[in-house]
Amino acid sequence: MNIIVLVKQVPDTEAKIRISDDGKHIDESSIKLVVNPYDEYAIEAALQLKETHGGEITLVSLGPAGAVTALRTGLAMGADKAVLIKADDSRFMDSQTVANHLSKVIKEREFDLILGGKKAVDTDAQQVGSLIAMDLNLPIITAIVELDLNGNQVSAVREVEGGAETVTCQLPAVLTCEKGLNEPRYPNLRGIMMAKKKTIEEKEISDGGIAVEIVSMEYPPQKAEGQIVGEGPDAVPELVRLLREEAKVI
Amino acid sequence: MDSLFFNDEHRMLIDMVKDFAASEVAPVAREMDAESRFPKELVNQMAELGLMGIPVPEEYGGAGMDTVAYAAAIIEIAKADASVAITLAAHTSLGTMPIVIAGTEEQKQEFVPKLASGEILGAFGLTEPGAGSDAGATKTKAVKDGNEYIINGGKIFITNAGHAGILNITTQIIENGEIKGIGAFIVPTNTAGLKIGPPEKKMGWKASDTRQLYFEDMRVPAANLLGNPAGGFKTFMKTLIGGRISIGALGVGTAEGAYLKALQYSTEREAFGKPIHKFQGVGFKLADMATEIEAAKLLVFHAAWLKDQGQDVTKEAAMAKLYASEVAMQTTTNAIQVLGGYGYVKEYDVERYFRDAKVLEIGEGTSEVQRMIIAKEILKSVQ
Repeated sequence: MNIIVLVKQVPDTEAKIRISDDGKHIDESSIKLVVNPYDEYAIEAALQLKETHGGEITLVSLGPAGAVTALRTGLAMGADKAVLIKADDSRFMDSQTVANHLSKVIKEREFDLILGGKKAVDTDAQQVGSLIAMDLNLPIITAIVELDLNGNQVSAVREVEGGAETVTCQLPAVLTCEKGLNEPRYPNLRGIMMAKKKTIEEKEISDGGIAVEIVSMEYPPQKAEGQIVGEGPDAVPELVRLLREEAKVI
Repeated sequence: MDSLFFNDEHRMLIDMVKDFAASEVAPVAREMDAESRFPKELVNQMAELGLMGIPVPEEYGGAGMDTVAYAAAIIEIAKADASVAITLAAHTSLGTMPIVIAGTEEQKQEFVPKLASGEILGAFGLTEPGAGSDAGATKTKAVKDGNEYIINGGKIFITNAGHAGILNITTQIIENGEIKGIGAFIVPTNTAGLKIGPPEKKMGWKASDTRQLYFEDMRVPAANLLGNPAGGFKTFMKTLIGGRISIGALGVGTAEGAYLKALQYSTEREAFGKPIHKFQGVGFKLADMATEIEAAKLLVFHAAWLKDQGQDVTKEAAMAKLYASEVAMQTTTNAIQVLGGYGYVKEYDVERYFRDAKVLEIGEGTSEVQRMIIAKEILKSVQ
């Protein structure tokens, strides 16, 4: 069984984010970049499927040359090979453009399953998985928290408002992974040392076709300071009045 | 620092160990310290990750990484818990590497793969009541009897002893009533005549296991002699230089762990209407900590890098160990000062880093002994 895993390199969720001087991007010069946490669930799911069903795992990423370190991490976890679609301006690309480039590369390969994170934590767009499914005319199940494979039949559980739904489809398919699907493994030292012997194929792309442009980025508004309205039971009427009239929450 | 010493494998190792330390080690550190509980579960996890044999060649089941990688891993673990870091460091530098460096091919085949995989834990016994840095004063005797040696004596302050599968111990070697010199033996811990004492109660490194060893007519096969006593012992003692680099790394990690807590606290705690880092008394302390940690780190990685180039690092390893352990003491003291009263209570952890720092100026050669080594080395250039 051949599995393709979509991987994106993103700023560490613990990094302090600064907006670049042009006001349109995140300044990546001094922040740590990591594998998108949702993609780690996808890599782990692929590794578990490989352990039971055998096969080969190929990681595919679109990003600047530095994104190769994210791919190495995935290879150290146990993936077999990787493809980097090199695009220094990938941060400017909209989801449709990204999906188109990824689809073009995926189409040239034999695969049974495409796995990805439900979203990248930097842009939060949640679109690339679905757009690839559309490009390739494949069924997609998004944000899965459980996965079961029986022959060609995929059965997955999604968390929905107030409950869970079980969804099935046939392979080949696209699945995007939600937190809770699994506990991604740490790459062990053997994996790290083996990763450098695995091949990362690099593909160059010309830009173009960008349809959506970021106009500006702003920091979220500063949280207002809390207000102490008094102490003990005497403060309750005033508190209720403020919650009702000013905060309008009751 | 990053681009000076680290390649991609180093960076991946550091990321992995950092993650492991933050999510598995840090949450249990305070509790293990309070209960003086040996981190058995964490040792198993480190074994699964391949951390028990970082600098051991691949042919003997290790990761085949270099000293820079090993030092970096020790730093990351020590940032979370020095007890876990010393358990790993003693196992690797003292329990395993002497066999890798001074062992015969048979000894390496028999013991190293089990050590590097973490199947067994290694320990090292050199210190006696009257012999530590002065290894020549060793009183424990091994008397040759046919194909065996009969060993009598004892060792003190032996890290990992209670959980180890093998011990590397130093003894006088006596053949036909004649002292041949100081030698070392690999002793499996199920050897008859070996008695291991109860865990010592210590000021710091509380989750690390420290015990006495007693040898009463303990018979060890001559095949377990590590390096030959006539000259081989010197080679054997050289293996301890790697240990000094790992104690330097422990110093850096211990200092950095405490510093990061102080830095964070200084942005949260307010006094006289502003965060305390805005007062120079605090800001300058933090600046000094950061500077000294950076300097210690450079010494440690430089010594490790030189060692990886195959150079003699007697002086550099002693300097790294001396400076980093003193920086750890200084930084943890000041970290408590930044936190004030909170620094003195266990809930904020910096007091643990302070207690864990002191032993770094003592173990594997005191600061005084490191200065003796450095003085001897630097005087070689003018004498």
